[in-house]
Amino acid sequence: MLNIENLNVEVDGTSILNNLNLTINTGEVHAIMGPNGSGKSTLSKVLAGHPDYHVESGDIKFEINLKEKSILEMEADERAREGIFLAFQYPTEVPGVSNIEFLKAAFNAVCEHHGVELMDEQSFKEFVKSKQQLLGVDDSFIERGLNVDFSGGEKKRNEILQMAVLSPRLAILDETDSGLDVDSLKVVGQGVNKLRSKRNSMILITHYQRLLDYIVPDFVHVFHKGRIIKSGDKSLAAEIEKNGFDKVIAEFQ
Amino acid sequence: MNESIGMSQDELANRSYKYGFVTDVETDVFPKGLNEEVIRKISAIKNEPEFLLDFRLKAFKYWQKLDRPKWAHLTYEEENFQDIRYYSAPKTDKKKIGSLDELDDELLKTFEKLGIPLQEQKRISGVAVDAVFDSVSLGTTHQEELEEYGVVFCSFSEAVEKHPDLVKKWLGTVVPYKDNFYAALNAAVFSDGSFCYIPKGVKCPLDLSTYFRINAMETGQFERTLLIADEGSSVNYLEGCTAPQRDENQLHAAVVEIVALKGATVNYSTVQNWYAGNSEGKGGIYNFVTKRGICLGDNSKISWTQVEAGSAITWKYPSVILKGDHSTGEFYSVALTNNKMQADTGTKMIHIGKNTTSKIISKGISCEQSVNSYRGKVKIGPKASGARNYSQCDSMLVGDESSANTYPYIEVQNNTGVVEHEASTSKLSADQIFYLKSRGIGEEQAIGLLLNGFCHEVFKKLPLEFSVEAVKLLEMKLENSVG
Repeated sequence: MLNIENLNVEVDGTSILNNLNLTINTGEVHAIMGPNGSGKSTLSKVLAGHPDYHVESGDIKFEINLKEKSILEMEADERAREGIFLAFQYPTEVPGVSNIEFLKAAFNAVCEHHGVELMDEQSFKEFVKSKQQLLGVDDSFIERGLNVDFSGGEKKRNEILQMAVLSPRLAILDETDSGLDVDSLKVVGQGVNKLRSKRNSMILITHYQRLLDYIVPDFVHVFHKGRIIKSGDKSLAAEIEKNGFDKVIAEFQ
Repeated sequence: MNESIGMSQDELANRSYKYGFVTDVETDVFPKGLNEEVIRKISAIKNEPEFLLDFRLKAFKYWQKLDRPKWAHLTYEEENFQDIRYYSAPKTDKKKIGSLDELDDELLKTFEKLGIPLQEQKRISGVAVDAVFDSVSLGTTHQEELEEYGVVFCSFSEAVEKHPDLVKKWLGTVVPYKDNFYAALNAAVFSDGSFCYIPKGVKCPLDLSTYFRINAMETGQFERTLLIADEGSSVNYLEGCTAPQRDENQLHAAVVEIVALKGATVNYSTVQNWYAGNSEGKGGIYNFVTKRGICLGDNSKISWTQVEAGSAITWKYPSVILKGDHSTGEFYSVALTNNKMQADTGTKMIHIGKNTTSKIISKGISCEQSVNSYRGKVKIGPKASGARNYSQCDSMLVGDESSANTYPYIEVQNNTGVVEHEASTSKLSADQIFYLKSRGIGEEQAIGLLLNGFCHEVFKKLPLEFSVEAVKLLEMKLENSVG
């Protein structure tokens, strides 16, 4: 579904991703772990199509209409409509735009692109409600201004609510566990887990093992200086939790 | 945006102005120039009573002694008042003016194109319209329906003829001719406008609205609106304006006076979309307007809502004098400037009565090389015990070349008064646009949503059809400025 080939990315003249290669098949969940500054978040922004991140060389291919296609020339909104979703580490506040209004605009944009008939106001509300239950958020939550005055935990829940509504084929969760207390982590983790299926894939970017207790990955990759230095199964995450990143990095060097 | 390819800068800048057409209609026009003779002629055409001519002449005499105001944050080529025509009216049988059924086809088409159909069968339900074309009112819809309630809604000229006592009693009581340079000029040469009287205890069954259209070349539009809400009455009033696209600047100097008696409520909304000039700042309307309301009676309320999206120059401060105890004044404003537009706009809230409250919400959006200034005065007089004001002025900058200024003036002469002022300046943030785009929302729609969010508090005060129009208008204006 996703093929990252020899990807090199620069930000303000500094090389952040170095010859990165990664293949993700449909239905797989990959965890990317690594110390601060290893390029994890850059990868998420590049995949989503942030205009500030410049791809120097290499390619990102994504399966669109059953064909692999380079998405480098596609704008963020086009990528999103094709099913790429980034759950932000720091979701942006948008005053004056209500959560439900925003959800509807996004949902309709995706539906229109795929030629799916739009839902009327009432059916959409009921549809969102079914997703709200997944994340334990009430109606007032979706009537509020988008992320405005949301607590850290609420913002993260909101990202996953959006994911649930848009049901992307590839979801990238950028440190969704950071800033969450134990209870919220459980809700969010279980919520994401319910969205997992054979038809979609996920990339979980995290520092810690704890999110992976809820969402068990098929693969774990360790990031260092903008590339993958070690890959393994879920046991690798446990190993890192025990020994820290330094040991993996030392082995690599 | 592929559709922009092949369009010149000007075409791009003007693409959003769909009201720039000219109506081909024969007119009665005065030659250029201003003198006492011109004023007497305007008065004579309208068969005005002595008191009105007198009012005009006194104003003219006073105006001649004045200099134009220099304090606003505006730079422009000063108008030559001898180079303007002070009267232009479509040539028709005199009796037919004011009778919409017999109106010239071209004029009917014009208003239909502007989205204001005047013919009986096509009219917008629930809204009575007074259509002002250059110097005259072409007519007012729904008059009979309003008469059943005793509501008077007609052109100013008709009011002078049919309700001279009301006009004489209230004219110039809120904005005296000595108020300022442009108010004095308007008092001398005003040609038409709307008049409205809501009798005691009547909740006006329809929204009232005036649509101002400037068509003739080299002509100024000087209209005057007088609105009186008697005790316990209430009314929603809407105002819209457009003009053709021309290389020369044209002057629009209007006066609006509102009187709210005991317990009366007046909501006055404006969507101003005068032609704003091209991307080089050539042409466009100079909009110098004095709007003021007085809450004369206790518990009365006047609320101004404005969306200012046009004009090369905007100089406008809709104000409220809070004379009655427990009276309320409100000002909700969105001012958008792009290209080389300049806006200096805001309000004055003058608290005189006890326990009076006022609220000011101002949203300025500046794009390209435009300059957008908020200027507001809050005065709490010595007897206004318990008076409260809350002001919030937010500016949004789009691009790196535009500027926004806030000039708040606060004068408190009573120590029980409470005045709060909040101001913020933000940029239309790339982060916000990316966030919305990353959910599949296209850039244009994303900007629309953000803009709508920024102006939400003001838009929600507008009647529904107006707020939809206002959002569309701002989106069109911004389309060329972002990205």
